[in-house]
Amino acid sequence: MTTDSLPVRTATPPRTAPKKPAPRTGRRLLRPRAGRQHHAGPLAYILLGITAIVSIFPLYWTMVAASTDNTRVSQTPPPLLPGPNLLSNLARAWNEAAMGKAMLNSLIVAGVIALSTVLFATLAGFAFAKLRFKGRNVLLMLVIGTMMVPPQLGVVPLFMMMSELGWSQELPAVIFPTLVSAVGVFFMRQYLAEALPDELVEAARVDGAHSLRIFWSIVLPVARPPMAVLFMITFVHAWNDFFWPFVVLDMTNPTVPVALTQLSAGYIRDQSLIMAGALLGTLPLLAMFLVFGRQIVSGIMAGAVKG
Amino acid sequence: MATSTSKAQTGQGRRGPSRAPGGEDTGPRRVPLLHRLDVKGAPYAFIAPFFVVFAAFSFYPLVYTSWISLHRVELATLDLMEWVGFDNYIALWNDSRFWNAAANTLTIGVLSTVPQLLLALGLAHLLNYKMRGSLFFRIASLVPYATSVGAAALVFTMLFERDFGMINWAFGLVGLDPVNWEADKWPAQAAISAIVIWRWTGYNALLYLAAMQAIPAERYEAAAIDGASRWKQFTHVTVPGIRSTIVFTIVLSTIGATQLFGEPLIFGQGPNGVTGGADNQYQTLGLLLYEEGWKNYQMGRSATVAWAMFLLLVLVFLAHRLIQRLRSRTS
Repeated sequence: MTTDSLPVRTATPPRTAPKKPAPRTGRRLLRPRAGRQHHAGPLAYILLGITAIVSIFPLYWTMVAASTDNTRVSQTPPPLLPGPNLLSNLARAWNEAAMGKAMLNSLIVAGVIALSTVLFATLAGFAFAKLRFKGRNVLLMLVIGTMMVPPQLGVVPLFMMMSELGWSQELPAVIFPTLVSAVGVFFMRQYLAEALPDELVEAARVDGAHSLRIFWSIVLPVARPPMAVLFMITFVHAWNDFFWPFVVLDMTNPTVPVALTQLSAGYIRDQSLIMAGALLGTLPLLAMFLVFGRQIVSGIMAGAVKG
Repeated sequence: MATSTSKAQTGQGRRGPSRAPGGEDTGPRRVPLLHRLDVKGAPYAFIAPFFVVFAAFSFYPLVYTSWISLHRVELATLDLMEWVGFDNYIALWNDSRFWNAAANTLTIGVLSTVPQLLLALGLAHLLNYKMRGSLFFRIASLVPYATSVGAAALVFTMLFERDFGMINWAFGLVGLDPVNWEADKWPAQAAISAIVIWRWTGYNALLYLAAMQAIPAERYEAAAIDGASRWKQFTHVTVPGIRSTIVFTIVLSTIGATQLFGEPLIFGQGPNGVTGGADNQYQTLGLLLYEEGWKNYQMGRSATVAWAMFLLLVLVFLAHRLIQRLRSRTS
């Protein structure tokens, strides 16, 4: 497929190690004279303010709807301020709509996937960035090429495979296919190619350290910040993944997005219950964004294709 | 490649390699064979997990899909595969639902991708200014990305509700007639596109922003000296400067658009939404694939739809290539 349209520069990085220490871990250090340096005018602030409102309002309104009751939600004009029923609606969603079980399932699924992706992506990223082996460039292009394969295409055989393994409706069916991602491998490669000096690896080699030991005592300490970012981004994706979990899981054992479809499919549609479920399913990620927003932003930007 | 450098250089040198204590030198002289095996074999061992997972859960299913598409397989009896040759493909070709779904996928794809990327470009430009609270604005634009398809689609379904939805209420305030967002074809497709746009604009904007920050300042200075206006600088320096990122986002969002599933499904109110509305007015290929396989129990048909999706994707990229080539020839 159109692998070659992906503009990835795979040239080897400069052999000398970057000397300047970063001012703060995990934060992008800008080139001194790159990018535009204009100051924002009032118009820019207004437009950005509108964007922020549009971005946040649907979630705010989710909270408003989740805190009122069904009749109040359906009135015109729609409510704009929170009502008194937030906690009781959240509790109802937790108990009646199996959101509790769904949250636990999502936590397991996203946690395992994020952990294994970080481990395997760092191993592979290290190999692609710093180890010499036959076919390295071709294999790396292959990894990038796999990003172009739409995951939905194989869904029928995958489903058959899982029912043969006896995994349909079980969490392993969701976990195994996404144990590691091409994006993750590429992300770690890009980081390590720059941040890990070749000399360090070679010196360790001369000292007789084997590859796994180099990985453990040299690569891991350097790679900690991008590993944390990759963990969070993978967690978000796994938590929100919809198509495959929807196909292979059922309502007795759902992840959060799967459980949410059940909420909206009931015969008696209780809008504030639906919104309470939606809010509950989003809260963990929102909390993560509140605490680690800076790292996630810088991680997404660092993983971007540039130039 | 990322331009940021030396992110985590703090004090790694100290912890560099040291020989094992007690003079136990397991260096190359002692075990040359093991060492060579390690140097040669370890890289493959390190990348193996990725390729094993990909082969087992992506590549094999992908290839096997084509084999299944030549059979009649029912969901309840997955072991029984009856060879039917190209019957599934012929049936699909003659099925008006398929053409409807393909057209819907294409129109929703354009409706969601084009505004999304244009808005992202504008947003990235704004975020690139020096300003107070830039981190807040960046995180705020990323909030929709943290919202799952399920939650986002549920909220938007309510906002687009015909009778008490906030959007029709706002339409009423400015004197417009209420729109029947779910039942009418184009409003439904626009509403679904709005969910996609909302979720992905901020994410794409950050990718663009990262690329914009890598453009050397001299290029702007040179353009300014040449008397280029701000707008000219944007179109002649910024956009060409982030070209490859733009291509990257086009590729990714095109792939996303061909597979659109969750948004229309939930917009159609849950598992009964697989038909994409009462008249299939917003049924995408993803929904059709699911409907054939898991509602009509025809896995062979479902696999055929998957291949058709793949073909559509290839066609879109070929068309893109062709346009590019024609354009570069004319310019």
